[in-house]
Amino acid sequence: MNVWIAIAVTAVGCYLVKYLGLAAPAGLLERPLVKRLAALLPVALLAALTAQQTFSDGRHLMLDAKAAGVAAAAVALVLRAPFLLVVGVAVAVTAGVRALGG
Amino acid sequence: MPEQTEIRTTERAAPPPPAPPATSDAAVIRDALGVGIAVGLSGFAFGVTSAGAGLSLLQTCALSLLVFTGASQLALVGALAAGGNPLTAAAGAFFLGARNAFYGLRLSAVLGYRATVKPFAAHWVLDETSAVALAQPDRRSARLGFTVTGLTLYVLWNLTTLAGALGAEALGDTETWGLDAAGPAVFLALLAPMLKDTVERVAAGLAVVLVMVTLPLLPTGVPVLVAALAAPAVLVVQGRRGQGTAQGPRADRADDHGPPARPEGTSASRPATEEDPA
Repeated sequence: MNVWIAIAVTAVGCYLVKYLGLAAPAGLLERPLVKRLAALLPVALLAALTAQQTFSDGRHLMLDAKAAGVAAAAVALVLRAPFLLVVGVAVAVTAGVRALGG
Repeated sequence: MPEQTEIRTTERAAPPPPAPPATSDAAVIRDALGVGIAVGLSGFAFGVTSAGAGLSLLQTCALSLLVFTGASQLALVGALAAGGNPLTAAAGAFFLGARNAFYGLRLSAVLGYRATVKPFAAHWVLDETSAVALAQPDRRSARLGFTVTGLTLYVLWNLTTLAGALGAEALGDTETWGLDAAGPAVFLALLAPMLKDTVERVAAGLAVVLVMVTLPLLPTGVPVLVAALAAPAVLVVQGRRGQGTAQGPRADRADDHGPPARPEGTSASRPATEEDPA
């Protein structure tokens, strides 16, 4: 039951947040500060999510094969590989390093 | 007979106008499908993770259908698996989902949907749909990119969630297959095109430092929110420097949905903090 409460609260909260952004008055966008903040926040959040998912299990810092996979993905990005290939490289390299490392 | 001539003339006149948008539509659809398919498939990893965390098939699928924002779903499942109470777990997921408000804020002007459409479009406001839509040069392509990415992603994400949850036991240890690397790789691929200027790079670097430092100390979901403070922090520093050198308003107000204008002369004195080398 507790899990269903968590799911319901998350679903409602996440939907409202999405809708709020989309339905916000247009005038808000004309403020330069809000505009620059809205452009910069996803950058900060995506960087943080990338680092968190690469170097932790959610709670503890760690360094494992995933880091090699994400590094390979970064190389693929620099080489302008398509999106699907970038993700594929990360998964394949991670699996490969784990296989080699036992 | 005159009718036939008219039809012929319109037929003859018709081909030129659709030709240029047709090629660009194809390009938009190709990009949108690329993103939608790549990320949609990672629903498999979510399904597996969720089932592995002890959620039922129905709960796992409900999350993908109703929450439909991958990072939040993974955060919730991770927190529940770690034994967090439901409201704390939901708070972490909510904080992660809060970024979608800012995507919506930017998408609102670009997509220009009517108020009646917005409640439906809102469910698809995500990293991926925003990245595709905001990359388009005009409203028509932006709407097309948003819709194709959203639809592809929603359908695939939910199908692969189901498949992942069903296959969790069959597959054994999902980490053996490297599926846990898909999430960060997706985030990195979405982030990379945004790192055009020093301001973006500094914000990204600072966010990485903040999340790494706070991760062992704060509850799940909170470190990412703390890291988001990198954005206002960088803007404050940039604003102070701007006041010190120039009194006039900054030159980025005409910038519609591109990145903030490059600050004059600050790049040399403030080297970009690179992300941790993996």
